[in-house]
Amino acid sequence: MSDNGFAIETKDLRKAFGSTVAVRTLTLQVPRGEIFGFLGPNGAGKSTAIKMLLGLVRPTGGQAFVLGAPAGDVEVRRRVGFLPEDFRFYDWLTGAELLHLHGRLSGMSPAALKDRVPAILDLVGLAPHADRRLRTYSKGMLQRVGLAQALVHEPEIIFLDEPTSGLDPMGRRLVRDILRAERERGATVFLNSHLLSEIEVTCDRVAFIKDGEVVASHELHPSAQDEVHVAVQATRVSPEAMAGLARWTADAMREGEVIRFGVRSKDVLPDVLRHLVASGADVYGFTPERPSLEDLFVRIMGEDRGL
Amino acid sequence: MSGIWIMAGVTVREAGRRKLLWMALLAALLFLAIFAVALRLQVLQFQTRSMSPFLRYQVEGGMLMVGLYSCDLLAVVMTILTSIDTLAGEISSGTIHAMATKPIARWQFLAGKFLGFVGMIAAYVAMTFSGTIAVAYAVTGVLPEHPLRGALLILFECLLALSLTFLAGTRFSTLTSGVLVLGLQGVSLMGGWLEQVSGFSQSTHIVSLGVACSLIMPGESLWRRAAYEMQTPLAASLSFSPFANVSIPSLTAVAYAGAYLLVVLAVTVRHFNRRDL
Repeated sequence: MSDNGFAIETKDLRKAFGSTVAVRTLTLQVPRGEIFGFLGPNGAGKSTAIKMLLGLVRPTGGQAFVLGAPAGDVEVRRRVGFLPEDFRFYDWLTGAELLHLHGRLSGMSPAALKDRVPAILDLVGLAPHADRRLRTYSKGMLQRVGLAQALVHEPEIIFLDEPTSGLDPMGRRLVRDILRAERERGATVFLNSHLLSEIEVTCDRVAFIKDGEVVASHELHPSAQDEVHVAVQATRVSPEAMAGLARWTADAMREGEVIRFGVRSKDVLPDVLRHLVASGADVYGFTPERPSLEDLFVRIMGEDRGL
Repeated sequence: MSGIWIMAGVTVREAGRRKLLWMALLAALLFLAIFAVALRLQVLQFQTRSMSPFLRYQVEGGMLMVGLYSCDLLAVVMTILTSIDTLAGEISSGTIHAMATKPIARWQFLAGKFLGFVGMIAAYVAMTFSGTIAVAYAVTGVLPEHPLRGALLILFECLLALSLTFLAGTRFSTLTSGVLVLGLQGVSLMGGWLEQVSGFSQSTHIVSLGVACSLIMPGESLWRRAAYEMQTPLAASLSFSPFANVSIPSLTAVAYAGAYLLVVLAVTVRHFNRRDL
């Protein structure tokens, strides 16, 4: 494995703390320029996996590459941003001083930071609070300044561990907009969050991790060529009309006034609708549907284990 | 290398912002004021009785040594108290996560913090040490022999304590680190006094025990070497003094302390590089 277009690539990555296996065999590929969601229940090994990718935790097996270099490589860290879960910092610094410190440690010059720090503080909505000590910040403000320190040096890949947990809806929207802007800039975002609704609207792709292994991955914004499921609310549907659906689908099922089926592509849906109307059915609803991320999560992860 | 200097600067700034630096300076000024008053009272006491100038000079020299010993203890304790949380605290709170993922090697992170403390401790030792000597000279006219050697040995003793707080901080919590390093300092103190007592009692068993303690933690032997360097030959030979030359640590003992410091730092870096954060 090396620099072959993936921002992150791992193979059989493993971490055991004594007899406890935190990450079993993590094999993962994250394309560059995407917002990638990393999902799993508590104790699945998500945070340990992120720490291994950042060089904070030493793997006990397998390989991990970030931006083509072995995970934790000191020089590559110049191109990496990280917002840890429960971001802690030197609370005796002001917001602006914290960003200057992290910018300097990331290799930026004082001259470059002179313009960059006010700009990034403005971006996260903290410009009026730049000179306040961090110990006076609210939880949401700390989350915002934490995000700012992860972005201050314009990294190529950004790891965010629960970036919106302390934010109100406006703050979450802001973070969402910032992450999309980062993707537009060409950055890759690796997002670990419990807020499935946030993941659903923000990420391009997700991987589900369970017991330290990736058990499924899923593209969240399918193209017109991808399979789609439809729910049709209709009356007066004749057996011939149902049989005629076989041209597009093999799994049409009728439950009262609702017919459900899947088709290979969204492009065929107008033909399906025309067929039903032409065969005499009264159609009241025609809704392409996708299972929600939450449905998918529950289906993949199984029962709640109370972790 | 710039990462080291950034971390050193942050370390000094943190000590200032969290008022550690100012509290330590306040304690030092209080110590100097008390020392000056005590010394002045003693001088006034001497003036009421007839005492030969020679003997008076020796006794005042002994009092200067008491002052410098207090200065040494104060510096070592301040070193331990101000630095004990710097690694253990950042590791346990998670503050280190955002810092250790920056493009600086872990040894540079450690070196920066260490250098920051070295700078502060050196300034502190210089201030309290020169202040003690200045007070003694102003009140009594007494000066130590070889003050620079003495100051450097006291600084060396502080660095030994600092290196141990760093080593403990990479492995244990703040509280455990503090107990461990202060405990080792106690062992060192005991070793020094046992070696001193052995000079009077001539017991080889006590000598062995004292030497063993000094090998476990050689800090106190550095102070005793400093005392030897700073005392007048006559004052040192007066065996009633706690700083008497009954058991002078050799240069080999000083070299051992140097090797000890290097080994502790090497083990600290090795462990910090390998540990999970």
